Amino acid sequence: MSAPGTGGASGLDRVSGFARGLFDSRWPGPVLLLAALLGPFVNATPYALNLMTTTAISVMLAVGLNIVVGYCGLLDLGYAAFFAVGAYTSGVLATRFDWPLLATVPVVLVATVIAGIVIGGPTLRLRSDYLAIVTLGFGEIIRITANNLDVTGGPSGIHGIPGLFGGEDKVVFYYATVVIVALAVIGAARLGRSRIGRAWRFVREDEDAAAAMGVSPYRVKLAAYIAGAVWGGLAGVLFGAHLSAVSPGSFRFLDSALILMAVVLGGMGSNPGVVLGAIVLAVLPEALRDLVDWQYFVFGVLLILVMLVRPQGLWPARSRETPQDAARAVRPEVRA
Amino acid sequence: MSQLIWNGLFVGAFYSLVALGYSMVYGIIKLLNFAHGDLYMLGAFAGFAMLGAAGGVFGSMTLLPLLVVLVLTMAATGLAGVALERVAYRPLRGAPRLSLLITAVGASFALEYGMHLVAGADPRVYPVRLGGTTLDLLGARVTVQQLVLVLIAVALMIVLNVLVTRSREGRAMRAIALDPRAARLMGIDVDAVISRAFFLGSALAGAAGVMAGAYYGKIDFLMGFLIGLKAFTAAVIGGIGNIPGTMLGGLLLGLLESFGTYWLGGEWRDVFAFGVLILFLTVRPTGLLGERVTERV
Repeated sequence: MSAPGTGGASGLDRVSGFARGLFDSRWPGPVLLLAALLGPFVNATPYALNLMTTTAISVMLAVGLNIVVGYCGLLDLGYAAFFAVGAYTSGVLATRFDWPLLATVPVVLVATVIAGIVIGGPTLRLRSDYLAIVTLGFGEIIRITANNLDVTGGPSGIHGIPGLFGGEDKVVFYYATVVIVALAVIGAARLGRSRIGRAWRFVREDEDAAAAMGVSPYRVKLAAYIAGAVWGGLAGVLFGAHLSAVSPGSFRFLDSALILMAVVLGGMGSNPGVVLGAIVLAVLPEALRDLVDWQYFVFGVLLILVMLVRPQGLWPARSRETPQDAARAVRPEVRA
Repeated sequence: MSQLIWNGLFVGAFYSLVALGYSMVYGIIKLLNFAHGDLYMLGAFAGFAMLGAAGGVFGSMTLLPLLVVLVLTMAATGLAGVALERVAYRPLRGAPRLSLLITAVGASFALEYGMHLVAGADPRVYPVRLGGTTLDLLGARVTVQQLVLVLIAVALMIVLNVLVTRSREGRAMRAIALDPRAARLMGIDVDAVISRAFFLGSALAGAAGVMAGAYYGKIDFLMGFLIGLKAFTAAVIGGIGNIPGTMLGGLLLGLLESFGTYWLGGEWRDVFAFGVLILFLTVRPTGLLGERVTERV
């Protein structure tokens, strides 16, 4: 991506210097987590709780999509499909077969991994832009299938999904969500700094060079795709438990595009940026209720503008890797 | 049986027309113009506005004013396509492919919801409706209007094919498709030629939009989304970047859908179409008539 902005005037320099310090520091994450944990003490109305829970879930989705789009540079336009696979798998098992929701998680993991392989397997060998449109088609396939099948409840969907621990209080659920999402964010960030994370960025920047260095682009991409699918599926479980109902209307192309918007706006490949993007996109429409008709139009224009003016996003990704990190990471397994 | 074939060919002609623009742009600058389906929508609305404005002038005749509006709409959507390329795609030439794809998604959103702001969310009823006389052709019920629409579509496709294979402009396009830098060195104004390719492709999409509006009678701001996807599928089946292949792919997709609907039921039609797309990408990613292309470094 392009170089970070270089301010012209001295005032601008100071601002960008401050921004750079902020971007590089370690405290935004813990502060944000603290804010999320203190949220219910400030305002615990059902509306606020609902908004905060939804925001947390969209943070998880954005972080998951960031693995695919940001780390690995693969455009996924049907991310809501994995979200749907997770939500429906857990929902069907919990309502039709009376499983406790937590017990459905292993099945959800298996289902999302399979979905990731089924869709990624054939298409990741192809040109990267084919992937974009196939994922778009796949998103539609999942939504239409859920709409047509009886087991998924057809157009009206599934109702009466229990909470995570079986009908807990909304505040408890919120805290559980915050903890899970925080773990998901940390997990994604650590994946990004791991051996496979470096391979993802390598493949994104130069696939042929990566292949020449012994990194298999196909396997690395598939790994990113599956990781993204798992994050999305788990977010789907949370989503179903939160609303206690899922229906095909929640998994349109629009929803996939909104998650993508969060990733692009925040900064592809940058976890703090993506979290910020997801929060902004979840809260802003609530704040600007009167402009709801303008919302998507503005999103579209914003997507173009971000790409033209600031392709690195609001909070750009920065490699914090030192030679020591790299040396440490190489050690564990030496592959032939 | 012959009814199914005819239905398939009829729908397939629309797919081909939209897919051609996709395929042309892709063939030349390797850009998936996601907003292409929305240019189709724009065409339908432009035609709607013109027919509404000229409603009293033509009286009871339907076909002649429709043709006039068709030509005007093609010019309008063509210019819209050129503007789109100028604003959203040209500044990013040479940028990573991911950025281009994202701007294309943004452009699609902006067009769809821009139209939503202008025309509202409710479907509009087209002022001209082609229904009418049915003929019996080899056991299939065919209306005269369907025949006329298919003929217009075929004529447009032939004109396009001649333009691309025979004219100087078409040669420039093919040169850019092969190697943009060498083409520039040979004195081709690459930006101008790409603009013209966008004009042609968008004009065809606009024509399809008016025809769909006149035939189905209803238009809405999201009508381009699905047909954009289908057109891409058609282009992939035939071989993206290859004009005769794209036409063939459109017809084939129409036929496949027609039979798929018959066997599986209408609610599975889109699933079937995208399933075909994924199958094709797995088995023969270059399409029926496309040659093998390797991703450029």
